[in-house]
Amino acid sequence: MSAPVIEVQGLKKYFSTPRGMLHAVDDVTFKIEEGKTLGVVGESGCGKSTLGRTIIHLHEKTDGKIFLDGKDISDLKKKELKAAREKMQIIFQDPYSSLDPRQTVDATIREPLIVSRRYTKAEIDEKVEALMDLVGIDARLQMAYPHELDGGRRQRVGIARALALDPRFVVCDEPVSALDVSIQAHVLNLLKKLQQEKQLTYMFVTHDMSVVRHISDDICVMYLGQVVEKCEAKELFRNPVHPYTKALLSAIPSTDIDNPNQREILTGEITSPINPKPGCRFAARCKYATDACHEPQVQEEIAPGHFVRCCRCHEIG
Amino acid sequence: MSENMNSPYLSVKDLFVEYYSNDQTVKAVNGISFEMEKGSVLGLVGETGAGKTTVAKSILRILPDFGCQIKSGEIYLDGQDLLSLKEEEMRQIRGNKIAMIFQDPMTALNPVMTVGDQIFEVVKLHNDMTDEQCKARAEEMLETVGIPKERYEEYPHQFSGGMKQRVVIAMALACDPDLLLADEPTTALDVTIQAQVLDLIRDLQKKFNSSMILITHDMGVVATTCDNVAITYAGRIIEYGNKEQIFHHPTHPYTIGLFGAIPSMNGDDEWLHPIEGLPPDPTNLPVGCSFSPRCPYVTDVCRQEGDVPKRITADGHICFCYNMDKVGKEEQ
Amino acid sequence: MSDITVNAAGARPKKKSEFVRIMKELSRNKLAVIGVVLIILEALIAIFAPLIAPYDPLEMNLAETFMKPCAKHLFGTDDVGRDLLSRIIYGARYSLSTGVLAMIFGVVCGLLVGSIAGYAGGQVDNIIMRILDVIQALPGMLLLIVLASMLGGGFLNTVIAMGVGAIAGNARLIRAQIMKEKSAEYIEACDSINCSKFRIVMKHLLPNTISPIIVSASMSIGNYVVLGSSMSFIGLGVQPPTPEWGALLSDARSYIASYPHLVMFPGMAIAITVLAFNLLGDGLRDAMDPKLKH
Repeated sequence: MSAPVIEVQGLKKYFSTPRGMLHAVDDVTFKIEEGKTLGVVGESGCGKSTLGRTIIHLHEKTDGKIFLDGKDISDLKKKELKAAREKMQIIFQDPYSSLDPRQTVDATIREPLIVSRRYTKAEIDEKVEALMDLVGIDARLQMAYPHELDGGRRQRVGIARALALDPRFVVCDEPVSALDVSIQAHVLNLLKKLQQEKQLTYMFVTHDMSVVRHISDDICVMYLGQVVEKCEAKELFRNPVHPYTKALLSAIPSTDIDNPNQREILTGEITSPINPKPGCRFAARCKYATDACHEPQVQEEIAPGHFVRCCRCHEIG
Repeated sequence: MSENMNSPYLSVKDLFVEYYSNDQTVKAVNGISFEMEKGSVLGLVGETGAGKTTVAKSILRILPDFGCQIKSGEIYLDGQDLLSLKEEEMRQIRGNKIAMIFQDPMTALNPVMTVGDQIFEVVKLHNDMTDEQCKARAEEMLETVGIPKERYEEYPHQFSGGMKQRVVIAMALACDPDLLLADEPTTALDVTIQAQVLDLIRDLQKKFNSSMILITHDMGVVATTCDNVAITYAGRIIEYGNKEQIFHHPTHPYTIGLFGAIPSMNGDDEWLHPIEGLPPDPTNLPVGCSFSPRCPYVTDVCRQEGDVPKRITADGHICFCYNMDKVGKEEQ
Repeated sequence: MSDITVNAAGARPKKKSEFVRIMKELSRNKLAVIGVVLIILEALIAIFAPLIAPYDPLEMNLAETFMKPCAKHLFGTDDVGRDLLSRIIYGARYSLSTGVLAMIFGVVCGLLVGSIAGYAGGQVDNIIMRILDVIQALPGMLLLIVLASMLGGGFLNTVIAMGVGAIAGNARLIRAQIMKEKSAEYIEACDSINCSKFRIVMKHLLPNTISPIIVSASMSIGNYVVLGSSMSFIGLGVQPPTPEWGALLSDARSYIASYPHLVMFPGMAIAITVLAFNLLGDGLRDAMDPKLKH
């Protein structure tokens, strides 16, 4: 068992809004080992993107600890922060808005190398070429502008920029959601290939269950800022325990027309993430909810490596 | 109707649509033909730019007046030639006979009008009823889509995404349309909400026995909702069949490629099998079969001038491919 | 796509300059080309005034006062017999340079203030914007007159007085653009690769937000020419006997009924300049709009 590259303990990120504190990420704890992928799934507004951005210090955390390669990077000075950030990169969802429309492919990939001030001009030239080759962009497109590229190629440029400084950890924030299926497969294969070649550690944020199943080693299911279930990818699909995970999995439209899913249709209002009550946040939509669910919930390990945040998990599971 | 009983409810024949911009011609739809029975659901599947939405807009005749033209083709709804109708006559058809659900509920609703009033307006416009009757009908529609009628006076921003899409559906169904055009109705929604909305659309479609064209790129949505499936590529239908035919025996290399590119929910393949290359440039389509530059089974005949011939099996499975007999065989 | 012919082996394509692209786009627009030609023509006239002008613009000739346009004096002469054509030719120097310099002053200060306010946000933004509110609450002409009389007349002071009035408008424009653009994902990407704030603003935000400013600035030059002329007209701008166009108008106003040509020719010079810059501005707007890109 290798040492974790990223470890998060009790991470919290609250945003202040006119109506109160929005608990975007609330008490999240996990670790990811080297060369592994943690999939984070959940619906819009569950805080999965915020979680990724908070870990790599694009947002300032409210509370909790973040470790990179065993070193506490939760509260860093400006200079150390710079060094830490180079080791943690992000690939964005929208390949249209994540590239500067007035910068060429070359300038976009070159920028992190220039900013790091570690390389000479000749080294940078060489590295840019190598990176373009690595992610599969033709050399003839080096001076092209983003609007001249299709979505898949733009996403490759975004990947090249993220990998320019040889990061240890990459947050992939819905990197294929905006792409057509035939393009999506190319990008997923590329991400996997790069992971194997460079021993990258991924946190893969998505709402697409089939994609997360394909790419992840472990999966976290998030609901309104909290991780409700976390386990190995296969185990999650074989044996979901938390009622929300069950509902989520049953809702995926299956392409198997002979065995359609038995849908669990959720009813009830979605709890507001602004100043939420201490109990289980899914209780209002949960068919198993009892009074005990309105007490604070703790995360339990019901099987080795299988964590669930539900007081009735033993009865339901 | 004077037409014979066997004529299909909706038929689209040889539809060609072009867009013009900066002295370029974008060939969006290049000869699409299909027929639909009353009460059935047709899935129109394809990637961005395959011309799906343009087909729906052509049926409803809401294509932009400038920079866009239906070059040729016929669209018959219940024996009536839609393309030859006057604009006033078409206005009667829209809403009453055909309604459309758009992809993004945020842009389809007026933010400064209560949701109830928006449904009311649709009802009022298309029916000869008193205000009380219209209001009653609007309230009834809200309840039908699962929104308590107490929320009649609320504004769109007070609703969640799924609820907004329900309001849009209520508006589309308020006048009992015979044909419903649903353009990616659940793409903007979360999975659990998507399941609710799909079930709702399917239930209502059954209840009113209306026909529906469901435009989507999600094979899962097709599998759970549609009866028949048309796979589109570069403005053409390249394969058509019922759900079993398409899912169990995909025949066109593109359809097969599409299934291979989706991560499976059961398999354990480490690598996905993407389709090589990119969709063709609609201003400069390849000669012959538009899929030929990406097709692993391509032969010289595919690249020759002219339309790919249509092949129909006995049970109505249609495929446009020269090499469909060879496709997929060597793997077995 | 394999069907695209790749350049000769190893040859990497050169960077296509944004500037060249815009110029190309602009050259397709006939009206914009007319505007540019007019502006260049006026600039040449201003630069080579001593060579072109048939007479000394300040030389009085009391024997030839109030002459109508004729072969000797194409635009006629004024009340003290100065050649009007020569005065207009020399006037281009003052009028054009006040316009251009006032524009540059207003844009540079506006960009600085606006991008700080837009990018920093929060309290900084609040304070800057309230100050700008105060400036904008004053009627433009009043501000100008107050400033001009505080600073005193003369060429440079007029330029500064006119430029200050434009800062607030430009700052607002650029602030709104930057606020819209700074939440884009590519700016977040800059943060993640450790770009400094200065670099983000200079390399990413400004290039993506500057086009409306360039358009409005090129159009505003025409207004400054008029404004400069108005200042001279009320006696606060360039001082007589400098042949500034507004000053020419001002001098001629008493004779407008009997000698209309004295008003007509300087007026036309101003009108043509305004028209030329407006045509250029319109053309630039179309050329810079990425949505109209091919």
